[in-house]
Amino acid sequence: MEGAELAGKILSTWLTLVLGFILLPSVFGVSLGISEIYMKILVKTLEWATIRIEKGTPKESILKNSASVGIIQRDESPMEKGLSGLRGRDFELSDVFYFSKKGLEAIVEDEVTQRFSSEELVSWNLLTRTNVNFQYISLRLTMVWVLGVIVRYCVLLPLRVTLAFIGISLLVIGTTLVGQLPDSRQYRPQKGGICVANHTSPIDVLILTTDGCYAMVGQVHGGLMGIIQRAMVKACPHVWFERSEMKDRHLVTKRLKEHIADKKKLPILIFPEGTCINNTSVMMFKKGSFEIGGTIHPVAIKYNPQFGDAFWNSSKYNMVSYLLRMMTSWAIVCDVWYMPPMTREEGEDAVQFANRVKSAIAIQGGLTELPWDGGLKRAKVKDTLKEEQQKNYSKMIVGNGSVS
Amino acid sequence: MGSRSSHAAVIPDADSIRRETGFSQASLLRLHHRFRALDRNKKGYLSRMDLQQIGALAVNPLGDRIIESFFPDGSQQVDFPGFVRVLAHFRPVEDEDTETQDPKKPEPLNSRRNKLHYAFQLYDLDRDGKISRHEMLQVLRLMVGVQVTEEQLENIADRTVQEADEDGDGAVSFVEFTKSLEKMDVEQKMSIRILK
Repeated sequence: MEGAELAGKILSTWLTLVLGFILLPSVFGVSLGISEIYMKILVKTLEWATIRIEKGTPKESILKNSASVGIIQRDESPMEKGLSGLRGRDFELSDVFYFSKKGLEAIVEDEVTQRFSSEELVSWNLLTRTNVNFQYISLRLTMVWVLGVIVRYCVLLPLRVTLAFIGISLLVIGTTLVGQLPDSRQYRPQKGGICVANHTSPIDVLILTTDGCYAMVGQVHGGLMGIIQRAMVKACPHVWFERSEMKDRHLVTKRLKEHIADKKKLPILIFPEGTCINNTSVMMFKKGSFEIGGTIHPVAIKYNPQFGDAFWNSSKYNMVSYLLRMMTSWAIVCDVWYMPPMTREEGEDAVQFANRVKSAIAIQGGLTELPWDGGLKRAKVKDTLKEEQQKNYSKMIVGNGSVS
Repeated sequence: MGSRSSHAAVIPDADSIRRETGFSQASLLRLHHRFRALDRNKKGYLSRMDLQQIGALAVNPLGDRIIESFFPDGSQQVDFPGFVRVLAHFRPVEDEDTETQDPKKPEPLNSRRNKLHYAFQLYDLDRDGKISRHEMLQVLRLMVGVQVTEEQLENIADRTVQEADEDGDGAVSFVEFTKSLEKMDVEQKMSIRILK
């Protein structure tokens, strides 16, 4: 009996602490400064760890900017220069060198595939999951790592699980926690507008909703994610659809048009990339959201990878294991930039408009811009892109009628 | 600190692969990491489909021929040693390779001759050691798609074969191929340097 009593006492003290220090202050929008202190300690520890690692490894094997430069030396000359000729030169047997080199380079490393796996860090942040290239350095570092594991799994994890449990049950029951902050961010999306952002994980949604309420548009999921989605629909109208069904897409466009026409409804939140990218780049924005008309409010979201990797690789991890990884990271730190609204200009079609917004978001967030379709995560590239390359090459060898 | 990354112990036959291809340990780890990233379903080998998923390769005019080069002898799968063997052709030529060759050891995969042989194979569809006019036409057609007429393509194929053909058999053998490219800086054009 004593064991049960003790367990009961611990549980109730725990809950009171959580309620007192975290829930109540956040309900009233007051910050106790605990997070700030935690972050300061964390940064100091990681800096110490980095210095230890650098002292420990021999000079040659330190990764220098490998994340941004890539693993092979690239020669980015266009096709004409690479084929060492002028326009209208004839076909040579040696043309094959250029193409085979480009092809093999793509096999060793391509811009797109690497965006669908987690970013590699230049210096280790004491999490095993980001440890790709670091080896054993010293006993002290290992001790700190062990301490880190204890802190993350025995303190942070139960804390976050408790919060999540409370949060999700309240959500499912149908009440909304009020968390309206004073209106100090001038560019926040207004009613009747469309909010557009780059996509890394479902946490993007959580972060944006702490600042305002949105109606969401997204892919239907199963499991825990599905439960949350269905619960949200009970509270206000969202648009969930099936990515692969063509009919659905037209339906979605129709519903979106109706939604923004009604000025009383909440602003819509859309992620035009169509899938989660690993937060180092912004991929092609699908034109669908930009055809509807209305004002677009771009938002750039950039996570700091040093504290925890927020990218959700849905083909590798399901929702629950993703949440577990999130809750055992040090912290999720992100920067959110609300940008001035944009509208489609005269003579600009949906695709150009989409690209313009994409560039703005990429520049603001410090991400690279890629023309490739995020759908490449799941499907093959379209034939039209290959035809373009073939056209370029044909123009060179035949073009000016210089065939003998 | 143990992790889920590639360690030398994980790569089977790492030593023999290193001797055969000449890649450094670090490069081999990188390539193994890449091999596993491409192998989406964790089968342990790559199929043609896995390579076709690479966007930049699928739009390459010679993409199909390059993918074929990974599957010699009609096989449908390529394992890691096979994967690395093809990539070894593109290893830059370093000084250590051109030092006095041990006559008993086979020629390194990234020698000039082997690089040329890889390029030759891209044209030689039936692997009979000769590029016939017909094969030249087919490869050209792959590279230009529907953008060029049959007549123009035939002219180009005829001209190319004629220029390289020395013994007049209407086809280009490997020796003739090598001869016609003797002034070309093959080592530089067919090299991919892997940064440490």
